[in-house]
Amino acid sequence: MLDRVGVKSLDDLYSDVPKDVIFKGEYDLPAAMSEQEVRDFFESLDSKDEKLKVFVGQGAYDHYTPSVVPYITSRSEFLTAYTPYQAEISQGTLRYIFEYQSMICALTGLDISNASMYDGPTAAAEAVKMAPTCTKRKSRVLVSSSLLPNVIKTIQTYSYYHGTELTLIPCKDGQTCLDSVKAELARNDVAGLIAPSVNRYGIVEDLTGFAEAVHGEGGIFIEYCDPSALAVLKTPAEWGADIAVGDGQSLGIPMSFGGPYVGFMACRNEYVRKLPGRIVGETTDTEGRRCFCLTLQAREQHIRREKATSNICSNESLMALFVTVYMSLMGPKGLKEVNDRSYAAAHYLHDELLKTGKFAEVFDKPFLKEFVLKPLMPVERLHIKLHDGGFFAALETEEGYVSFCATERRTKAEIDALVALVKEA
Amino acid sequence: MKYYDKLIFELSKEGRVGYSLGKNEWTSTTDEIPAGLRRSEAVGLPQVSEVDVVRHYTNLSQMNFGVDTGFYPLGSCTMKYNPKINEEIAGMKGFLGLHPLQPASTVQGALEVYYNMDKALSAITGMASFTFDPCAGAHGELTGLMIMRQYHILNGDLKRTKVIVPDSAHGTNPASAAVCGLEVVVVKSKADGLVDVNDLKPLLGDDIAGIMMTNPNTLGLFEKDIEEIAALIHGCGGLLYYDGANMNPLIGVARPGDMGFDILHLNLHKSFSTPHGGGGPGSGPVGVCGKLVPYLPVPKVVKDEYGQFKVRGRAGVGKSDVRKNADGCEKSAGEVSGFLGNFGVILRAYAYILTLGRENVKLVGKYATLGANYIKESLKEYYKLPIPTVCKHEFVYDGLVNDGSRKAADGTTEREGATTLDVAKRLLDFGFHAPTIYFPLLFHQAIMIEPTETESIETMDAFIDVMKEIALEAAEDPAILKSAPHNAPITRPDETTAARQPILKYQDEE
Amino acid sequence: MSKVIEGLRYSEDHEWVKVEGNIATIGITDYAQKELGDITYADLPEVDDEVEAGDEFGALESVKASSELLCPVSGKVVEVNPELEDAPEKINEDAYEAWIIKVEMSDPAQVDALLDAAAYKAKIGE
Repeated sequence: MLDRVGVKSLDDLYSDVPKDVIFKGEYDLPAAMSEQEVRDFFESLDSKDEKLKVFVGQGAYDHYTPSVVPYITSRSEFLTAYTPYQAEISQGTLRYIFEYQSMICALTGLDISNASMYDGPTAAAEAVKMAPTCTKRKSRVLVSSSLLPNVIKTIQTYSYYHGTELTLIPCKDGQTCLDSVKAELARNDVAGLIAPSVNRYGIVEDLTGFAEAVHGEGGIFIEYCDPSALAVLKTPAEWGADIAVGDGQSLGIPMSFGGPYVGFMACRNEYVRKLPGRIVGETTDTEGRRCFCLTLQAREQHIRREKATSNICSNESLMALFVTVYMSLMGPKGLKEVNDRSYAAAHYLHDELLKTGKFAEVFDKPFLKEFVLKPLMPVERLHIKLHDGGFFAALETEEGYVSFCATERRTKAEIDALVALVKEA
Repeated sequence: MKYYDKLIFELSKEGRVGYSLGKNEWTSTTDEIPAGLRRSEAVGLPQVSEVDVVRHYTNLSQMNFGVDTGFYPLGSCTMKYNPKINEEIAGMKGFLGLHPLQPASTVQGALEVYYNMDKALSAITGMASFTFDPCAGAHGELTGLMIMRQYHILNGDLKRTKVIVPDSAHGTNPASAAVCGLEVVVVKSKADGLVDVNDLKPLLGDDIAGIMMTNPNTLGLFEKDIEEIAALIHGCGGLLYYDGANMNPLIGVARPGDMGFDILHLNLHKSFSTPHGGGGPGSGPVGVCGKLVPYLPVPKVVKDEYGQFKVRGRAGVGKSDVRKNADGCEKSAGEVSGFLGNFGVILRAYAYILTLGRENVKLVGKYATLGANYIKESLKEYYKLPIPTVCKHEFVYDGLVNDGSRKAADGTTEREGATTLDVAKRLLDFGFHAPTIYFPLLFHQAIMIEPTETESIETMDAFIDVMKEIALEAAEDPAILKSAPHNAPITRPDETTAARQPILKYQDEE
Repeated sequence: MSKVIEGLRYSEDHEWVKVEGNIATIGITDYAQKELGDITYADLPEVDDEVEAGDEFGALESVKASSELLCPVSGKVVEVNPELEDAPEKINEDAYEAWIIKVEMSDPAQVDALLDAAAYKAKIGE
């Protein structure tokens, strides 16, 4: 091979690199490991992690993953495939993305979905950036402080750099305050509002009047949602939202210490050209057969460069497949059951915790699977007791509340055991 | 690969389910939530049994081509083999079951992964510390530019709102700059494809935040003048950002940190062997030199004085923790994602680095470069080679030497020649994925080829033979290229109608 | 051979301008539509928008590329071709029929700086 290339040694291939830049030392890395040694190494790391019963949500939910899902996503034709730019040999990828887009539209009630984004918080940040481009001459975006903390922080970070002015809307009784929104809208420079469907306290917000108020002043309404909950809750479309974003982790993706998850974004037809990310469309081939391809690519970074709607290139394609297979298996009935059981478990937990007398109710508002309480005892003591019992629960929030979550995976026996520990604390 | 024309919605039948949740021990349901907060109709998802789901997606997969199917010489994508031990590690139940907000004391193993990866990537790249929060390369670019801006902002240097980008750069570079609120200033390349230092000098000033470069550049050529470029940029007060998409040929050979780069991102789904997944998930860790460490985004994994791993800077954490948690994070560029990045992808890359070890790391770049040059020399009689020098891990051809076009006596076109697109489509018939086409923009019929170090000489020779055959076919009569592919599940899709009359969901089909 | 019409003026960015009084009707040339390929979408300004010579006033998208439209003259947009919203391909069919915008010029002398048909033909080398 060296002969054909016309050099004498491998080092000659780098003769154009300045000598003082060539690394001559030893890399500070461990010695090469065999496969078995790699396995043993990670087993030992794994043993340093505690497997706890999870009673916390806040953006990562312990829902059941059907066995079929990882089986399909580990198929090498899906796992090791590239982005489907060559449609003729990527029909598998393109079709599942089309199905994913369709399902996100079914959940949100909106017209168009993209092929996925990194996660919920970045999807929210992108939607906030989109708002001024969807409206005429408006530049400020209102952000509800009832969104999850990591969503707010990500939106703030993105906006700090690209210059979109943000205003935080306070909460009233645990929900986004509509009066504050109206007061801000009166300044006539608001491009949009982003508010959650289920908020950081677990409360299902009553979004009546928000879309109307925002639209009345020429802005758009962005709703941040838990897609699994959308199987039972009022949809963004029904609330009058123009864009819906969120994280698909609740659709059966394991918690996996924070990632990979999958962000989604869906919008009304009129905003399709402002939508970031890839989009798959249906068409026919030269023989008239139904087929699929990436479309509306002129919006994307590889063509429009600095005028692109975003810089996103890779998305979370395989995770989009993950949730698509999950939704196919669960169907409307399965998703309703997941939500019903989560609701029942969470409400039982809530009521039992209040009966112990160690907590006070904070908000008297409808919730689905998550809620907050005010602890009437030192939080450290509660944490030690729960941790010793093998539970991860009562996450302390910024306000000094404790947050709990129960999904369909939490049994009555587990909840009773947790409550018993609380009584002892 | 066989044409299979179903969508999951078409397999739906009322009442079918594919899940198993077991006996329900509860009686309350979400119907107790006030009606005004609930959706009015059941969600329109398909109702399918398990066997139908499995068959459907298995059949879909058989219309796909992956690295495990065959060779993917995509320039700029580093489609190297994805080791299966990585999959085993990423699938370990213990790791999958960890909640990202669990107390640090209960996840010392997972945090150690981050800490060790930080050390390993720093060693390979010559940087001081990394963040793993970005979920993809472009996300890493954006994060890197945020760090650059934050550094200047906190130094009171508010005029620095421009970033220099070579005209050969990948589209994500200017796009990321725009998302970060920076204005793009383009520096030209010389005829040999390298940054023109003479065109760079007049662009320098106190309004320059820095330069974004990749080295080797997008043509696969090493930027020989990098030390001079670094001195110039630093001299005017700017920072150097390295786009790590082309890191592969440098692995084990040279380190961007030693060349003067201050910030870089890596694509774990390129040089570090994690699978592409059809377009993600990826991971774009960002590394910085010593003086920029305080500007890294949060949350960040650190080791305290007792050897315990902790997470600093997490948003929304408990009231009692707030002060302790924020220590050392005041200069951070901010939060760029929800938790700690794509842990599952980081695990895979870590397994890969451990498998390579310090001995084999030294072979990665060299073999990648050897393979690229081998192919380049083998086909240069058939494909135009605009830059004949030794390349690194990838190189560019500018279309066919003889594209089979014919002109009539009066100068009008009698027969259209085969384009780069036609060559790419014809390659699919022979079981190879096409190389990258029409990028970089410098060459109108660009074909960018990157074999990576994981391909055998037999595979490369087979690819060379097929490329020769296609070139000969084109010279003879390009029609067979123009009507390609013939052996794929579909022929060329009508992209124009797809864009003019978009059907973007199942519900749009009439 | 691309079609070039006598009596129109041409910009360096392949737009044609038809002057009637102080109204400039603007479109792209036959050469330009060929380069772009099948046009799939026209991103256009609104009536009453102010435009400056040399600034971007919209874009034309094709399957693989997106091309800015740079205004050859300064003024105010008084009409936008309504057909282009649903049928941007009309530009491919007849680039001189399918006008894009009409501008009430603030400085009609700017037209003199544009190319005439002969100069434009020379520019595209035909």
